[in-house]
Amino acid sequence: MARTLPALPTVSGPTGTLYRGREGMWSWVGHRITGVLIFVFLLVHVLDTALVTVSPQAYDAVIASYKNPVVGLGEAGLVAAVLFHAFNGIRIMLVDFWSKGPRYHRQLFWGVLAVWLVLFVPFLVRHLSIIFSPVEH
Amino acid sequence: MTAVQSTPGPAQAIDAPRSPYRRSKPTRTNFELYAWLFMRMSGVLLVVLVLGHLFVNLVLGDGIHQVDFAFVAGKWASPFWKVWDLSMLWLAMLHGTNGVRTIINDYAERNGTRFWLKMALYVAFTLTVVLGTLVIFTFDPCPVGADIDASALPSFCPAR
Ligand code: HEM
Repeated sequence: MARTLPALPTVSGPTGTLYRGREGMWSWVGHRITGVLIFVFLLVHVLDTALVTVSPQAYDAVIASYKNPVVGLGEAGLVAAVLFHAFNGIRIMLVDFWSKGPRYHRQLFWGVLAVWLVLFVPFLVRHLSIIFSPVEH
Repeated sequence: MTAVQSTPGPAQAIDAPRSPYRRSKPTRTNFELYAWLFMRMSGVLLVVLVLGHLFVNLVLGDGIHQVDFAFVAGKWASPFWKVWDLSMLWLAMLHGTNGVRTIINDYAERNGTRFWLKMALYVAFTLTVVLGTLVIFTFDPCPVGADIDASALPSFCPAR
């Protein structure tokens, strides 16, 4: 005789687990991806900056090759990643050390996105106006 | 285990509920605790160091277009920016390397893969930190020589 089991509560949704599939998980995914991206960039960035000890011309030649809109957009993406990682990092510390942090972790996440937007949009306007203008010598 | 089972059989291989067990082998040091704390303490400092770096280099003045040898030399002529950049290099590299170490431990399941990925990470860490530190300490804002293009030097250099 077939018996139907009572419906089990779902794990996602407002009363589900703290992390899976919601703000907690997405902030973690974003933090991880941006962290690796910034780290890989840093390795390259130290290498290109080391050219200052080769000669002024060597450094200027490589930096000049970066001064175009394609690399400029990459720089904007990097700044977007750093801003998210930095403010989400502060959110992680608040969740860890502030007694009310875990209760408000979701609101804190939306706060991170708000701060990110407020800082990134003006930066983007300024940076785009620079990278799409001619380079002076 | 001395758990008492009413029915003998394969179930005997299973520990009694709530019998004590260890999740992992005990370690001698609290390395992971200090690493966890370091991620947070370095994070606070990096907010100031990294966002300040981006603001001065990409937003003030002519933004990214101002960056060239003379700009870097102008900054590194002052001990303030040397200390700033050296702290940022060491903290970001330690923080980033520890972060990537965590990620490798999470995803690389085979012992050999995990070991070699971390070795590659530590080699990259060492090369980058040594190179970056040498560059900051040996930097000369006014290099002289036949192969140096004086027009690329900052305005305070005698060769200009
Ligand atoms: C700008 C200021 C920064 C802040 C406030 C910050 C904060 C944090 C915090 C709190 C963690 C979490 C550690 C944990 O979960 O135990 C973390 C992880 C990480 N950070 Fe940063 N960080 C910053 C900059 C950087 C930089 C410059 C890099 C790269 C060089 C980086 C790479 C990483 C990586 C790879 C992880 C590991 C992510 C993971 O385990 O999922 N962070 N950061």
